[in-house]
Amino acid sequence: MNFDKELDARGLNCPLPILRCKKALADLSAGQVLKIVATDPGSVKDFQAFAKQTGNELLSSAEAGGEFQFFMKKK
Amino acid sequence: MEQKRLAIIATKGTLDWAYPPFILASTAAALGYEVEIFFTFYGLQLLRKELDGLKVSPLGNPGMPMKMPFGPSWFRGITWNIPNAIQAVVPGFESLATALMKQTIRNTGVASIPELRELCREAEVKFVGCQMTVDLFGFEHSDFIDGIEYGGAATFFEFAGESDICLYM
Repeated sequence: MNFDKELDARGLNCPLPILRCKKALADLSAGQVLKIVATDPGSVKDFQAFAKQTGNELLSSAEAGGEFQFFMKKK
Repeated sequence: MEQKRLAIIATKGTLDWAYPPFILASTAAALGYEVEIFFTFYGLQLLRKELDGLKVSPLGNPGMPMKMPFGPSWFRGITWNIPNAIQAVVPGFESLATALMKQTIRNTGVASIPELRELCREAEVKFVGCQMTVDLFGFEHSDFIDGIEYGGAATFFEFAGESDICLYM
């Protein structure tokens, strides 16, 4: 999937992945896509909740080799 | 949609209890909430310029697991069952527990309290210090970080009365 910016949130625990994501999204314009890589298993549910409450769109959420990958489209 | 509001009362001044208000406040701000934290009684310790004084006490806290944050995994997995009576009389036990907790925090990628507090400030979380507590404990405003508003119970209700979520910690 194409993306405009990547955020490395590996090794970070709640609530840092969400806070860093919010910050990274601020640098993008509407419609652009942020890729996030995290290792916190709690972030799977948290990014869904973040998208639902902020109106940004979670395009995909996947796990591979103990890492979680998210694509978030800015509102 | 109107902006949601979160009001928190922070009453505890220990390292472990410093987490809930700052984690929830910073996250709510990231979700678009307007957030205010009212720091009262021991909670005022969380507004000090230096946060090194925050400690964790396993004394009287049977819910706290005692594990070592170093060594091989079998060693880290041991829960040390140290009776409260012993923790109470061994000098420096609190400092030891605090050092172990801080190492555990670093090991697990959990943010430090100074970092979370700074993230709250960046997100424009409003900090209100309880003036009555400042007087009660003989503090000075210069003991605390800048940019805090000081007020009393009525100040708290001004914001809390219009909040969607109100939490006491």
